[in-house]
Order: sequence, then C-alpha cells, then structure tokens
Amino acid sequence: MTAALWTLIGLPAAAGAVLAAGGRRLSRAAPAVAVLAAVVVLALAVLVAAGRPHLEVAFVAGGPFGLAVDGLAGVVLVAVAAVALLVLVFSVGDVAGGRARFFGLMLIFVAAVLLTVTAATLPALLIGWEIMGATSYALIAFDRHDDARVSAGTTAFLTTRLGDAGLYVAAGAALAAGAGLGLDGLAALPSPWRHVVAAGVLAAAVGKAAQLPLSFWLSRAMLGPSPVSALLHSAAMVAMGGYLLLRLHPLLGATGWAATTAAWIGAGTAVLLGAVAVGQNDLKQLLAASTSAQLGFVFVAAATGGVAGGAAHLIGHAATKALLFLAAGAWLSSLGTRDLAALRGPGRRHRLVGVTFAVGALGLAGVPPLALWATKDEVLAAARDFSLPLYIACLAGAVLSAAYAGKALGLVLRPLPRNPEAHYDTERPGSRRVDGWERAPLVVLAGAAAVLGILALPPGSDAFRRALGVSGEPHATGWEMVLSAVLAVASVIAAGWLAPRLPAPAWARAWIGLGAAADRLVARPVLGLARVLARFDDRVLDRAVEATAPGTLRLARTAARADDAGVDAAVRALAAGTRRLGDLARRPQTGQVHQYYAQAVVGLTAAVLLLVLVVR
Amino acid sequence: MLTMLVFAPAVAAAVILLWRGLPDRAVRWTWVVVSAAEVAAVVALWSGYDGGIGYEVNRPWIPGVRSGYHLGVDGLSLPLLALTTVIFCACAVYSLRHTDRPRRFAALFLALETTCLGLFSALDLIVFFVFFDLSIVGMYAVIAGWGHGAQAARSALKFFLYTFVGSLALLVGFIGLFLAAVPHTFDMVELTTQTPLTGRGATGALVLLAIGAGLAVKTPTFPFHTWLPPAHTDAPAAGSAVLAGVLLKMGTYGFVRIAMPMLPEAWRRYALVAVVIGVISALYGALVALAQTNFKRMIAYTSVNHMGYIVLAVGAAGLISGTDVEARSVAVTGAVTQMVSHGLITGALFLLAGVLFDRGGTYEMGAYGGLAADTPRFAALTAVAAFASLGLPAFSGFIAEFQIFTGSFGSAPVATGLAVLGILLTAALFLWALHRVFLGPSRHALSPAADIRPGETAAIAPLLLLAFVIGVFPRPLLDLVEPAARSVADLVAR
Repeated sequence: MTAALWTLIGLPAAAGAVLAAGGRRLSRAAPAVAVLAAVVVLALAVLVAAGRPHLEVAFVAGGPFGLAVDGLAGVVLVAVAAVALLVLVFSVGDVAGGRARFFGLMLIFVAAVLLTVTAATLPALLIGWEIMGATSYALIAFDRHDDARVSAGTTAFLTTRLGDAGLYVAAGAALAAGAGLGLDGLAALPSPWRHVVAAGVLAAAVGKAAQLPLSFWLSRAMLGPSPVSALLHSAAMVAMGGYLLLRLHPLLGATGWAATTAAWIGAGTAVLLGAVAVGQNDLKQLLAASTSAQLGFVFVAAATGGVAGGAAHLIGHAATKALLFLAAGAWLSSLGTRDLAALRGPGRRHRLVGVTFAVGALGLAGVPPLALWATKDEVLAAARDFSLPLYIACLAGAVLSAAYAGKALGLVLRPLPRNPEAHYDTERPGSRRVDGWERAPLVVLAGAAAVLGILALPPGSDAFRRALGVSGEPHATGWEMVLSAVLAVASVIAAGWLAPRLPAPAWARAWIGLGAAADRLVARPVLGLARVLARFDDRVLDRAVEATAPGTLRLARTAARADDAGVDAAVRALAAGTRRLGDLARRPQTGQVHQYYAQAVVGLTAAVLLLVLVVR
Repeated sequence: MLTMLVFAPAVAAAVILLWRGLPDRAVRWTWVVVSAAEVAAVVALWSGYDGGIGYEVNRPWIPGVRSGYHLGVDGLSLPLLALTTVIFCACAVYSLRHTDRPRRFAALFLALETTCLGLFSALDLIVFFVFFDLSIVGMYAVIAGWGHGAQAARSALKFFLYTFVGSLALLVGFIGLFLAAVPHTFDMVELTTQTPLTGRGATGALVLLAIGAGLAVKTPTFPFHTWLPPAHTDAPAAGSAVLAGVLLKMGTYGFVRIAMPMLPEAWRRYALVAVVIGVISALYGALVALAQTNFKRMIAYTSVNHMGYIVLAVGAAGLISGTDVEARSVAVTGAVTQMVSHGLITGALFLLAGVLFDRGGTYEMGAYGGLAADTPRFAALTAVAAFASLGLPAFSGFIAEFQIFTGSFGSAPVATGLAVLGILLTAALFLWALHRVFLGPSRHALSPAADIRPGETAAIAPLLLLAFVIGVFPRPLLDLVEPAARSVADLVAR
C-alpha cells in the first residue's frame, strides 16, 4: 500500500517532468499521457483512501519525510484526483498550443497537491506547498509572450510565498521546541513556540487560500488559461489553504487567538469578497472573488471545530467551482469573451453548457438540494456554536453568494440580444463551438455539484463523519436549513431579475484596492529601497574601498619623500661627515719629520697631563 | 592517495605547459579527462570514507615552527572536495570550444584546481594559508588574462588586493593561534584539541577578529563584498563559476573548520555579531541584486545573499544558551549543504550567463526579452537554475535553506524571521530577471541558432541534475555532513 502512495505522487511528477522537458516533440502524445496518468492517479487515490497507508523516511536531520492518508486526506485526495482528471479531459479540447508544456506542468502541479494533501511532516508539506506555488506561476504565465500574464504569475507566486515564509518559521519554531516536525504534534508544542507555529501556519493558509488581506493575487491570476483556473483556483491550490487549517485545527484551538483570528478572517473574506463578486462585470473575476469568499467558509469551519462541515464544503465547492470555471472557459474559447455584458444569453446558444452552468450557479447560491446548500449550513452551525456575531456574518456571506451566483445566472440565461456577435471576440477570436472533450467534464461535474450535499445530510453525513473520524460536531437544525434555503432562493431570484442593472463599482472591480495597496505600500517601497541600496553600494561602500587605493598611494609617496629627505639624507649627511673627518685626519700626514716630532711632543705632553690629572 | 588527488591537476598543468607539441585540441581534452578523473577519484574517496579523519597524511615540513604537510578529509571537507572537482570538470567541458590561448587557460585552471583541493584537505594552517593565497593568484591571472571588458585588469587587481589583504588578516590570526598554543604549532587538529585561547578574553577576541575579518572578505559578507561584483562581471564564464562555486566557499569553510572549533569561547561570545552580519548580508545582497540591470552582477549579489544565510547559521550555532545541540547541528549541516548547493547552482548560473554574453554580447537584461520563444532550451535551463537558486523544493537550495532556517530559529528567532524574507526577495529578483530576459514579447535580435549548444548543456545540466538529486535524495550527502556538523556544534559548546 505504501507503494501505491509513492506511485500516487511519483507518477504524475515523473510524467509531468518528462512532458515539460520534452518540448514540442511530445506535443501530440501529451494529452493522452496526461489523461492516462490522471486516470491512474484517480484509481490510486481511491485505493489509498481505502487502505490509509502511512510511511516515513529519513530526510533532513530532525525532520523526516512523512506521508499519511487519514480520513480527511482520503476524501480530499479523491476529490482532487477526480477534478484534476476532468479538467485535463477538458483541456484536451481547450488548449491548442504548447501542449507538452501545459500538460506537463499540470501533472507536476497535481503531484504537488497530492503531496500537500498526504504530508504528515512539515518538510513534506513545505515541498508540496512551494512546488504548487511555482507551478502555478508557470501555469498562470503559460502564455509567456504576454507581459501582463507573466506579471500576474509573478504576483501570484510572490504573494503566496509571503505566506509560505510562515511555514519556514513554523518549522523553525517546531524544531526549536524539540518535538519534531510531525504535523500531529504541533498542537501539543509548549508555549511560546506553539503560538509562533500557529501564526506561521495561519499566514501560509491565508496566502494560498487568497483570504484577506492577501486575496488580490487571485484576481490577477484570472489571466491564466481557464483550465488552470478550474483546477488551481477551485479544487486544488486555493483549496489547500483551507485544507491546511482543517488538518491543523487542533493547533488553532490550542492557541485560542489563532482560532478566533482565522474565523474572523474567513467570515470577513466571505462578506467582503462576496460583495466584490457581486460587483464584477467579468465572469472569471466574479468566480474568483467567489472562490475567496467560499474558502472563507472553510476557514470558519476549521476555526470553529466544524471539520466535517468544512471538508464537505471544500469538496462540494471544488466540484461546483471547477464546473463554473470550465463553463466560463468553454464560453471564452467559443465566444472569445468573458465580459458579463457580452455574455447575455450564451446559455441558450450552448444549451448543455447553459444547463450545467445553471446547476453550478444554483449550487453556489445555496439553493436546495444542491451540494453547497447543505455543506454551508453545517459550517454555519459550527459558527453559531462559536459566537453569534460570527454566525450573522456568515449568514450575510451566504446571502451575498446567492446574490453573485444569481447575477451570473440571470445574465447567461437571459434571452439572446438581437446582435450578440457584436460583443464577442473581445479577448480572442472565438471558435463558436464547444467540443465533446469540453462537454463531458461539465456533465460529470454538474452531477457531482448536485449530489455532494449528501456529505452534509443524514444519513450520508454520519458515514462521512465516521470516515473522517470526527464526532460531536454540531449539525444544522431544520429551521436553520429552511432559513438559509429561503434566503438563498429569494436572493437568487432578486439578483437574477436585477442582474443587468446591478452596478459594478470601481472598488469592487479593483477588489477593494488591496492589490494596488500592496503595490504602493510594499512592492514599490521595496524596489525603491533596493535601488537606494544599490546606489549606496556603488557610490559609498565601493568608493570607500577604492579610496583606500589612492590613499595608499599618497601614503607611499609620503613615505618615499620621507625616505629621500629623511632617512637617505641622514645617511648622506653621515657619509659627508665621515668624509670631512677623514679629510681632517689626513691633515697631519705631511711626511715631514720635524712636524711629526712636534706632533709627538704635543701628544706626549697631553698624555702626561692626562696621567697627572687621573693619578691625582 | 590524497596527495595524488591534490597534485595531479598541477602535474597535468606542468605537462601541458611544457609539452609544446601537444595540439590545442588535445590540450582541451586532456583538461577534460584529468578533471573527470578527479571527479572519479573523489567518488572513490567518498565511498571508502568511514568516519573521523580519513586518508590522513602527516609529514614534517617546516619543523622549526612545527608546521607539517598535514592533509586529511572529513564530513566537512569531502563534500567541498567533491564540489570542487565537479565545478572544475564542468568548466573544462564548457571550455571545449575556448580558443583564446587554450594551453595557458587549461594549465591555469588545473593549477587552480590543485590549490582549491589542497585548501579543503589541509589540516595545517600554513598549508591552508599557502593554498589560500595561491588560489588568489590563480584567479587574478584568470580575470586579468581572460576577462572581458575594459575594466578587467582593474577588477582583477581589486580582487587581488582586497582578498590578499584579507588573507594577511587571516595570517595574523593564524600566528596568534600559533603563539598561544603550547607547544607552538600550526597543526589544525592539535589546535582544535587545545583551543589555546580559551580563557584569554581579549587576545581570543583579537585573534577571532583577525580570522573573522579575513574570512569575511573571502566569503564575502557585507560590508566586505564590493570586490565581488566587478570581479564576476569581468571574469570569463568559467572563471566566475569557479570563483563563486569554489573560491567563496574557502571563506565559509574557514568558519566551520578554523574559527568555530579553535576559538569556541570567543565565537560564542561574539556569535551575535555573525548572526547580525549574516542577516544584513542576506537581505542587503538580495535587495541590491533586485536593483541590478546586469544579469551577471545580479547573480553575483545573490551570492552575497546565499553566503549571508551560511554566516547566519554558523552564528546561530554559537548562541548556545537555551537551545539544544540538535537544532544547532541542524544549522551547521544546513550551512555546509548551502556551500555545496550554492556552488552547483550558482556555478550553473554563471555558465549560463556566459552563454548569454556569448550570443548577445552584453549582460544587460534590457537588451533581451522574449528569448524563450527562440532559444527554448537555454530558457528552460536558466529557468530551472533560477528556481533552484530561489530555494524551490526538489533542489538542493531548499534542503540547505530549510535546515539553516529551522536550525537557527531557536537560537536567533528575530534574525531568522528577518532572513526568511530573503527567500521572498530572491524569488522576486529571479522571476523579474526571467521576465526581462526570456518572457514577454520578443525584443532581441537573436535567432534560434543562438540556442544553447550540446557541449554547453553537457557542462551545465549535470550541475543542475546534481542539485536536483541532492534536493530529492539528500540522505547520502547529509549522512556524511551530519556527524561532522554535530561535532562542530559540540566543539563550539565546549
């Protein structure tokens, strides 16, 4: 069974690496290889979800590489594998150029997600977590000739990596606490390390799940291909932020403040990004804002101890949102636009896309009996037990989700205007058709989005909770479910009716300005600081070092002068003095005897005088 | 055995220089064969190594000052010996098409390889110092003789003078150790056992200052790094790869081999200085790199960033109060892993920069743009190297940085927390560089024929492959490094 677990991650990684490295030669084979790999992955995911293997191998000192499949990981694995397969099938029909690179990167991405889901230690988690980020960069920037798309990928990677830095810190704190790097042991770490770990994990989750205040990267990421949005920004990468908190919910609970913070970040995102979604005039942007808002519910669930409800919502949302993104992608390829003003009535033109989109949108709105109606009520029940203001905030978020879903639905199901073609092809030339590769996944996902509510409704919910191994979590009462259903239906009808007149204010289109704020308050100052430091490096530090060279030369010249005028002059003076002494000494040597006698007499007299003086 | 490993390249260099009849082509292939044989020899040494000091040679050399020809390998030096042979081999393969005075070029690199191997296997301070200075001379000749750009001679002189002054500080420190030891000795093993300056506060601090300053120039750390960018910018690609890949490691290796085990008391007292300098180097290097428009200068500054992590880790390993030895040895392991990892990845990046210059005639990133469409293989290799350098998991940089951060956090939480932001900056600067050179609309005048050639790929790809293998299967390397790192952590705590 551990072999199955290794293969589950290794197979898509290896196949993806081969495809991505293979270049154009493998373009023809790429779709088949990728879909086949995804089928095997799905089968293996089901297998390990049932078998629940775990393994651990030595990796770095104090931090083994551990994988484990428990109930939660099992269900999420199957969901991710299934959505990945369907999205890859859709891509066969949707992605035309650079196929080897596209399918290769998608497979590597899937492997990273599977690793993240099954990780049992921090090193394993961080590996999957960061590779997800890097492949998301490459996938968002898939059309690499386009500056805007490359920048969008960069923004996504940098923003999520800001959160990832939290995981490095968390790993450091866990090691410092001396309790190993296993995910299970984090909640039991001693204070203060436990708080540091909780903060780091929370930062990482906020970044990946595009929660406030890091939500802005998801908006720009919508420039990426539609299948990428369908996988990364619904079922996989963004969902992993919520999944991490579900997995580590005991840690949040153990600190207290982290649970409250996570709950309010989630509720705040559900409300604010819900409002942002209502104010969009671009279908993909609407869906993206809604993704942040829906992940907000998962945050609330993880923070308030509603793990089963959160997991059910995560899975239900994965199916629903993948469906909606694929439908939006189908229209984008076919009609060449994603502008909601232009997308009036395409649901009547491509009826199958329209019907499946309607199923997804109604599900997103929380209309019974579709999946997200029941799963969201489970989350709301957990929030209710936590605090009443949180419950009310979540209820407001639920109403807003019905409103934005209703807006989208009201527009795409409207009768076609007289000359619809006039507004098409703003983004790229559309093909005007949706082929079988694109239609089949829509049908499967619509079915899933319709029935996954059983995870949150008895008797299915009991089996689901047993599978997850949780008990005693709150259920929604009948009244609450009726209330949310009534609110959802009323909001959908109202928003659908008013859809063409709903405003798209600038603050909503700018996602409440967080991206611009990050640019102005973080990116530009950092770049400015970098330029200032670079100038400092060249003009101050380096100049100072270089100034020592002429300084040394001056010192050398001074020393040379001192050498000439001082030491050497003294030596020359000594020589001259000696010469003068020599001259003096030569004077008496005249060669005349009488002078020598005279000198001898003088010498003798001096000697006698000296003797007399000394003896006395 | 070790002596043969160290001096074989020098012998080959002499043969190449003296045998005038040998054609250029044969010279180049001799270089490749000799450096490949060195790689094989290190692999053999590695597989035969079983703990402690292996392959030890100890002969009297200058008995008057008790300096011996003392060589040996352990878990700290063996990875660096392996790195040295691999980088030099990659440079030999890369230079197969080199036409500018190939005989002298090959001989110079072979001689340089001897100095690097000798330094990493030296167990005597004088032997260490001699190889240290000879490596400076060799690299000076490479930059001055084969550098491009009008400033090459000036950059080479700056490199020589700056690092030479650093080496003099190092020599002062070595003499301090020698004088303090009883009996006087330059033997590194004896000095490590004696720790002669323990309990002699101010003297120990001054000796550490001399040694630390000398190593900091070589590493280089802020604020002693300004010789690095011009040296790299003007050096030929193979010279840059050796300079960044191998020569910088002499500084960081000195910390774990000399400063920490021989001056444990002083190191513990001033470890915070290393931590602060490490963090400043990491952040400052990354920020200045972010502002560069010259691709090669940018990579040079990322070296300051990566070396900063090492200095942070060795500093944190000296802050022993309140942390367990387990975490500190993880930090030292991370530091040694980072030396290997940085050598492989930055070596590859500099060779790739050489390809860029060869084709486009400039390192200015603004002169390119959209290269990925026309030179896909070159773009792919550079992208892999860039992601490896920014610490992406599945490459060795992640293994190194993860251990550095986790191991240092317990001792220096605030400093480590700041240093972690460095991974964000390196991510930003590499993604921006990739964008400016390879992505976006085509803004250059290169044709698909400018794509990377098989010979260049054969030099660069193995470096990245090794970085990948270490990133995915780190155990073989870590099994070697961990015991040695543990003993360094223990030695510092004495």
